[in-house]
Amino acid sequence: MSATAGGQAVQMRADFDLIASWVQPGERVLDLGCGDGSLLKRLIEERGAKGYGVELGDAEVLAAIGKGINVIQGNLEQGLAGIDDQTFNHVVLSRTLQTVRHTERILSEMLRVGREAVVSFPNFAYWQNRLAVMGGRMPVSEDLPYEWFDTPNLRFFTLLDFEALCAKMNLVIRERQVLDEAGRLVTEEPNFLGSLAVYRLGR
Amino acid sequence: MTTPGVGIVAAQRASFNQPLALQGGSVLPAFDLVYETYGTLNAARSNAILVCHALSGNHHVAGRTADEFGKPTANIGWWDNIVGPGRPLDTDRFFIVGVNNLGGCHGSTGPASPNPATGKPWGADFPVVTVEDWVASQARLADHLGIDAWAAVMGGSLGGMQALQWTLSFPERIRHALVIAAAPKLSAENIAFNDVARQAILTDPDFHGGHFYEHGVRPVSGLRLARMLGHITYLSDDQMAEKFGRRLRVGAGSYGFDVEFEIESYLRYQGDKFAGVFDANTYLRMTKALDYFDPAQDYEDNLARALARARAKFLIIAFSTDWRFSPDRSREIVHALVHNGQAVAYAEINSAHGHDSFLMDEPHYHAVVDTYLKRVKL
Repeated sequence: MSATAGGQAVQMRADFDLIASWVQPGERVLDLGCGDGSLLKRLIEERGAKGYGVELGDAEVLAAIGKGINVIQGNLEQGLAGIDDQTFNHVVLSRTLQTVRHTERILSEMLRVGREAVVSFPNFAYWQNRLAVMGGRMPVSEDLPYEWFDTPNLRFFTLLDFEALCAKMNLVIRERQVLDEAGRLVTEEPNFLGSLAVYRLGR
Repeated sequence: MTTPGVGIVAAQRASFNQPLALQGGSVLPAFDLVYETYGTLNAARSNAILVCHALSGNHHVAGRTADEFGKPTANIGWWDNIVGPGRPLDTDRFFIVGVNNLGGCHGSTGPASPNPATGKPWGADFPVVTVEDWVASQARLADHLGIDAWAAVMGGSLGGMQALQWTLSFPERIRHALVIAAAPKLSAENIAFNDVARQAILTDPDFHGGHFYEHGVRPVSGLRLARMLGHITYLSDDQMAEKFGRRLRVGAGSYGFDVEFEIESYLRYQGDKFAGVFDANTYLRMTKALDYFDPAQDYEDNLARALARARAKFLIIAFSTDWRFSPDRSREIVHALVHNGQAVAYAEINSAHGHDSFLMDEPHYHAVVDTYLKRVKL
């Protein structure tokens, strides 16, 4: 995940702020698609968490090892397959669910290996995205920073879509926070004004 | 790697006169270990890395040995590409120790050494030594060198098993374990390959039940077959196809059994080269040590419980085309450590070279080792 735009970097910190506030000292966290380990490093240093990450990319794995992160190289499904049930307090999937092919399987696996799943994703129903589609073009924004022809995103969904899936899978939404492109919390009309959603899920 | 290596190196010998009780029940009254060192042990004695060798390796890890005139020979260390100034095992920072394992045939006490009870070579009477025994003997070498705790112990394949065993036998004496292209135990298929190799040696008429030294012969053909079989399993199918394909050495097939295909030529060359220098009794023991290694055995096959007493941090590395010690086997170690909440990083390297990849200079592989070791505090 590249924090190319300044806005995304600001919002990324807001995203991380939320996740950090949910982790209690000494808890075990698994970060799926941990990149260079920035979030984990923060959770370890600020929250005293025990952190592990799963990451596929060579450069990211190298950067994470350079930070002293417990990083496991592999794709998400490989990364989870051998991990015992309920090993972690939190399993984080930050801005990655939209790139995963087997959506239900990954959510189930997260709640198998962890007691809580923390999931963040870009809201396709954000008003600027709606505006772009109304104008005849696919949206390109802080949270959807790719062109249609080079995007790693496979799934385009909204807060309402995601919550319908949670209901179908009997997942309990423990908490939901929604951010705008500047990283500010959105309280009114989140499916319209929110650019990024962060959920805490349980069974 | 373009930086110069460690230059000319020479082996040293350490003699140990305290008996060593072996896992198999016998006791070695005394033994020698030969070793090489590169770099300088710091005043705090905190910068030492032990490099453990695999089946056919030895203490000559890096640099070149000298001829009688002091000139460097072509005898370059088996892991020279990773050891030296500015290389991942940076000799400007670390003190590296390579050792020939007990039972070896490169100078440490082994089957060809004289048995003090008879004055004749041990031969078949040399005990079967295990990974645990090697680690115990290496700890004596650490004592001898004044090293309380290794900054790291590192090895590939069977060498990786020794690094893992160090964390269990001496949890307080190893701070980092680099376990490369290894496994927590061999699979049945792996043991099967080893047994065919052993059978090739044991059934060679020149083996003489392991006492061939006194007959003035060596079981060359058995050792050669063993090595040829092993070599097949160290390479990948793709790599063999690319390197040799179905190419013939001379124009067309002769409908006979001489060397025709390039792969045959390669394997026979490797077999001959190995059989010319290696000791058959050592080969038998090295493969047995591989077969027996199974730290989870005493813990109802629960690897996590077996590894729970380790205090070291781990770097585990596997290679995509390694089918002899596949990435799945390395992941078993990783998952056991994750289960326990122990520190572990795991890198899976895309490499075409099969099990032998751990000896190759793959950029991502060496970068991972380099980056990891740079964080090791001295």
